[in-house]
Amino acid sequence: MHISFFLMDSKNSLKKTDFSLTDIISIYDFRKEDILFVLKKAAEIEKMTPTEKSLLLKNKIVASMFFEPSTRTRLSFETAANSLGAKIVGFSEAGVTSAKKGESFSDTIKTISNYADILVIRHPLSGTARRAAEVSNKPVLNGGDGPNQHPTQTLLDLYTIKKYVGRLEDLKIGFVGDLKYGRTVHSLATALTHFNATQYYISPESLKMPKHISDEVKEKCKVFETEELEKFIPEVDVLYMTRIQKERFPDQLEYEKVKDAYVLTNASLKNAKKTMKVMHPLPRVNEIAVEVDETEHAIYFQQTAAGIPVREALLEILSKVKK
Amino acid sequence: MNKEEAIKKLKVRVTPIGNGTAIDHIQPGVGLTIVEVLGLDVKEAAAIALNTESKKMKEKRKDLILMENRFLTEEELNKVRLLARGATVNTIKNYKIEKKERLDLPEKVEGILQCINPVCITNHENIKTKFSIKKNPVKAKCFYCETSMDEQEIKKYIKK
Repeated sequence: MHISFFLMDSKNSLKKTDFSLTDIISIYDFRKEDILFVLKKAAEIEKMTPTEKSLLLKNKIVASMFFEPSTRTRLSFETAANSLGAKIVGFSEAGVTSAKKGESFSDTIKTISNYADILVIRHPLSGTARRAAEVSNKPVLNGGDGPNQHPTQTLLDLYTIKKYVGRLEDLKIGFVGDLKYGRTVHSLATALTHFNATQYYISPESLKMPKHISDEVKEKCKVFETEELEKFIPEVDVLYMTRIQKERFPDQLEYEKVKDAYVLTNASLKNAKKTMKVMHPLPRVNEIAVEVDETEHAIYFQQTAAGIPVREALLEILSKVKK
Repeated sequence: MNKEEAIKKLKVRVTPIGNGTAIDHIQPGVGLTIVEVLGLDVKEAAAIALNTESKKMKEKRKDLILMENRFLTEEELNKVRLLARGATVNTIKNYKIEKKERLDLPEKVEGILQCINPVCITNHENIKTKFSIKKNPVKAKCFYCETSMDEQEIKKYIKK
């Protein structure tokens, strides 16, 4: 009974009022309703049995096109597609494609669009996902276009917050570390403007949140910018930690100064709210001490696990999209 | 000869054009960039006046370009719109102004701006660029890579 309900459901196409997008390219394209629709679908799918799930994308073909290596994103997309019963075709590095023979990206996309029902694309150049969506008659799912967008990461971050903090509205969230280059931070900060979040940007001066992003967020949310971490720990519901990357610093002395500026330990968390959660897009280096993993605050491994239901939800939604 | 008379005399030297385009009230200093961007050659440019007096302009100065037998395509007009907000473009036929447009920023431009982002796909593959333009402050956002350029950058990245 339950299975037939889902089968019936999967034949219906989506209402534009529920979900307005035909491709998943950039978090800027999402209305609040679209975000909530994806999160609701992910929660539904997470409750399904493996058999129920395996019927959702039966007889569909997903192209997994990774023009640059990315183990975690690729494996989680492929796991998601597999568990929904889809067949996967694709490649995990550009070297094995006709790009090596000089074929343009646009031509590669047009060609693969003839084979697959959904295209998952990761590419080192920015704007490639948008270009793919433009030239393909099949839905495109952006798995990261260079330093630009990685919308599935943002959606899984939101899903994790909803699941483990219990709500998305009126959160107090601290972003910590490299706020200048971290695209996950930029996208999440932007997405949270739909939910009236109070945002704390905690970083060294040299790694501050870019002004165009903080200006945009400030139009809808309260923003505090600071270099001090511990002072704000008692305030927040979520601490979103990031890795400070050595290669970002032209001056190594400058790196040495800030590299240990934001190390989260059990001692530094002693004044945190009991319910406060610590997130991190991973991989981490030393910014969260291993001892924190054992506390109730740590949800960064659950966060990576959320990549599966969220990507399953997106694939399922896109399988019903008409372009 | 006083200054007023000298100006009058100078104005006489600018021969009116019978057929072509006059771009007037260009912000001083922008005239030569327009000449470069439009790729005007000596035959087409009937007159170029730089930093000449103007009562209408806020700066009391303006640049002016008269083009003989040269009409601007929509693409060229968009380039001028990006460079010279507030200037006027007069299309002249048989010594009469047939069309007059006071230039404002376009909402979208295609194919006339290069993206500032070196890792944007449009700088690696032959794709017509697309930008949406916002005012206050002036920004051009790349449709593909979502990078924004400010006013100075826009002027620098107009395709020649």
